[in-house]
Amino acid sequence: MSQPVEVDAVVIGGGIVGASAALFLALSGKRVALLERDFFGSHSSGVNYGGVRRQGRPLSQLPLSRRAHEIWGDLRAFIGTDGEYVRSGHLKLARSDKDMAALVAYEEASRGFGMQLQLLDHAQLRARFPWAGDVAVGASLCADDGHANPRLVSPAFAFAARRAGAQTFEQAHVSEVSHDGQAFVVRTADDQCFRGPWLLNCAGAWAAQLAQQFGEPVPMRAGHPAMLVTEPLPMFMDVSTGVEGGGIYARQVARGNCVLGGGQGFPLDPATARPGQAAILEILRNAVELYPPLAGAQAIRTWSGTEGYLPDREPVLGASSTQPGLLHGFGFAGSGFQIGPAAGEALAQMVCAGASNIDLTPFSITRFQSQPHTSSPAIVVPSGTDNVIPLLRGRSNP
Amino acid sequence: MNEAKNGAVSEAVNAPATSVASTVIVGAGPAGIRAAQTLLAHGLRPCLLDESLRGGGQVYRRQPEHFKRSAKALYGFEAGKAESVHTTIDQLQAEIDYRPETLVWNAESRTLDTLHNGRAAQVPFKHLIVATGATDRILPVPGWTLPGVYSLGAAQIALKFQGCAIGQRVVFAGSGPLLYLVAYQYAKAGATVAAVLDSSPFSAQTRALPALLGQPSTLAKGLYYRAWLTAHGVPVHQGVHLHDIQGERRVSGVSWQQGNQRKNLVCDALAFAHALRSETQLADLLGCDFAWSALNRAWLPTRDAAGRSSVEGVYLAGDGAGIMGADAAEMAGELAALTLLGDLGYRIDRARSIELQRQLAAIQRFRQGLETAFPFPEDWAAKAPDSLIVCRCEEVSAGEIRQTVAEGHWEINRVKAMCRVGMGRCQGRMCGLAATEIVAHASGREVACVGRLRGQAPIKPLPFGVEAEQ
Amino acid sequence: MALLKRLAERDRAVLPFTLDGQPASGLQGDTLLTAVLTAEDSLRGSDFSGEPRAGFCLMGACQDCWVKLGDGRRVRACSTLLEANVCVTREPGRSL
Repeated sequence: MSQPVEVDAVVIGGGIVGASAALFLALSGKRVALLERDFFGSHSSGVNYGGVRRQGRPLSQLPLSRRAHEIWGDLRAFIGTDGEYVRSGHLKLARSDKDMAALVAYEEASRGFGMQLQLLDHAQLRARFPWAGDVAVGASLCADDGHANPRLVSPAFAFAARRAGAQTFEQAHVSEVSHDGQAFVVRTADDQCFRGPWLLNCAGAWAAQLAQQFGEPVPMRAGHPAMLVTEPLPMFMDVSTGVEGGGIYARQVARGNCVLGGGQGFPLDPATARPGQAAILEILRNAVELYPPLAGAQAIRTWSGTEGYLPDREPVLGASSTQPGLLHGFGFAGSGFQIGPAAGEALAQMVCAGASNIDLTPFSITRFQSQPHTSSPAIVVPSGTDNVIPLLRGRSNP
Repeated sequence: MNEAKNGAVSEAVNAPATSVASTVIVGAGPAGIRAAQTLLAHGLRPCLLDESLRGGGQVYRRQPEHFKRSAKALYGFEAGKAESVHTTIDQLQAEIDYRPETLVWNAESRTLDTLHNGRAAQVPFKHLIVATGATDRILPVPGWTLPGVYSLGAAQIALKFQGCAIGQRVVFAGSGPLLYLVAYQYAKAGATVAAVLDSSPFSAQTRALPALLGQPSTLAKGLYYRAWLTAHGVPVHQGVHLHDIQGERRVSGVSWQQGNQRKNLVCDALAFAHALRSETQLADLLGCDFAWSALNRAWLPTRDAAGRSSVEGVYLAGDGAGIMGADAAEMAGELAALTLLGDLGYRIDRARSIELQRQLAAIQRFRQGLETAFPFPEDWAAKAPDSLIVCRCEEVSAGEIRQTVAEGHWEINRVKAMCRVGMGRCQGRMCGLAATEIVAHASGREVACVGRLRGQAPIKPLPFGVEAEQ
Repeated sequence: MALLKRLAERDRAVLPFTLDGQPASGLQGDTLLTAVLTAEDSLRGSDFSGEPRAGFCLMGACQDCWVKLGDGRRVRACSTLLEANVCVTREPGRSL
């Protein structure tokens, strides 16, 4: 067995959360090892829709999301590439007056977080976004939200961490994690070994196993978004677009391809997933009423990934309640791309300063520990409020 | 129902009841047609799905119904075989569930997803014979996206299917048996063949003779085409490395390297390919195991000698699981059908099955000889200039691929994610192999060690607004 | 101008169609690709450079021969037979 490499922190999981944690730790001068079982950003972080939006997030996430917005604004300085990030605006369409009322309620509730949402009635929507389908009765626009290419951005956080001094490893399957009383010892299947006082569990949909090992089981399930891309089309859509209450979301990249998502796929095995024919056909049949210029276009590729969901669709982010030195950052319910860099930064702050700048209480893992209640309940979901779900719960669609 | 057709097999049916739709064949080329015929002869009516208008596959591509050229004019030495395959599908049509112009775009949970005439449908199967065939194997050349540049297969289809030449003065380049055949067919049809540029050296063909002699008639045909071309004044150059194809908005000429000489030729069209590559996407989506085939220089779905894939109930036949040619495809189609029938409990002619396996093994040995005679140009990746457009869909250059490798990437799907090579409409059919060669060369790895492009639905583009039947 | 040269089967019914709004003609049994390229030398412009393309594989694999029809459908020219009076539009692509 190889001798352990001594580090300050071991990060398990090279998605956008783990990689940005590694980056911020390395920038703070910490010795950090970033271990990724597959390739950096190759799962949920790299195959997601690419929405970089604050609009529609539960209020609980907005402080973190606001900080993430700042990081995205300075993306090239952090990771050396713009990753096709554009602040195109994020438009949320309402298909009914009831949905529009939910958008109005969200606008009111989220004031103070700097999003400056603009509510558009039907006429205003038609005037500004004439390509939007007539099924939309109105919309809410967040002009400074946008989209980026997750295939490029998420791995770039890991590469930036490496440049900043982190030891980064792809194809590094963690085979054993233990704590020797003073520090964590992490072994990989190819017999590498790392030892350090901090362990960051950023293993995405596969993070529950490690949490369980330290006595903190969480009811995580996997989700598999159905994603699809069209051939290059003439430019028509200048914002990233979602639908209140769920539906087909879409964005158009500079090369002309439209990326669409909606519905759920299925797992092939624990590590891979496919979008599934039902979801693909659903998108192909129904996208045109929302996005009429897609009529006659061809879908050229589909894909899916594996995302971790907790029942309340909030992530677990913060310290373990059972094991000192263990930090969790997982379960972002398909909405981790925008917020991921700020989540990683918060974890790094906990290592460096003992606490994060932003209060992470709502995301504590203790909310799944029935007794004893160590903190106040993180989220209260009132009943009979299905149209104000966005106020209180995360959403899988962007 | 249980009358044997064409005397292929004539045993009594003794089998469990199987519904019509439960046995499906994908691809109505030589393999798929013989498979359908064999199943029907045993009383099993398959569903035969095929993308083209009329069965026959690419090698025996049929001209439109009212065209008048004879089979001899279209298929030469292979006229008898082509006619037999065509007659068979014509006779089978009424008795099986034959669905031409039907794209299989996905496979999931023992169901195929199809698209026909703008409508999506599902075809469930219990047993499936995958006979998806092949396309040209392309090693891009600077200028290959110009109008007037086609694959060798395309040049042949233009002539067989449409009665057209791809230009007035045509150059044929690359390697493989198709090279001389298509040049010969063009010259015979009255086209001007400006030159044949064979990338394989003459010495390789001499070296390959012992293995090639195993199939003397095939060898004789190859020698005949070449001799005929030379006798009719068509210049044939060997050991050629294509340098570039010139032209502004269409082809105006070609230049190549032969030894240390650079040569040029004026032409308005060029067809090239380096043999064929298997269409494996469907096998991939079905979950079949793949293995590296050094002979094909490709990852291929594995099949046992009788045609079984690694997935129960899924059988592989023809060039879609490794290039062996049309004769082998007919045998493999019949063999896969016999195996399927045997696995289902039908009484089959075991001796016939064994004989087919023996013949296929002989053809496989001949294939080794062909590979020696028309070797893969292993120096292609090293010689490809940085400016070469490798991926014609996304217009990704060799230099961009090398840059991605320089940034630390070496796995082909990963390289695709980073620089878009193979990410376009054709899903890497045209460029995947070339990209793999460049990644392997630039990363110092064996070409077998950089992975294979994963199959992703839809197998071919799928339109918005599609209607669906349930 | 023509890219393809007819060598055989010239004795077929003439089918009129419209190419980019102009009257054109092909023969019964032509694919759209044949009908267009026996008169013109390209089918579409590349999506990213606008350079002319005229198909490549002729067997529905390379996806480089897509054209637009009057009813809004987009089809592969190599595997779609010409019908009388069809309106075919070539897409110019664009240069990024």
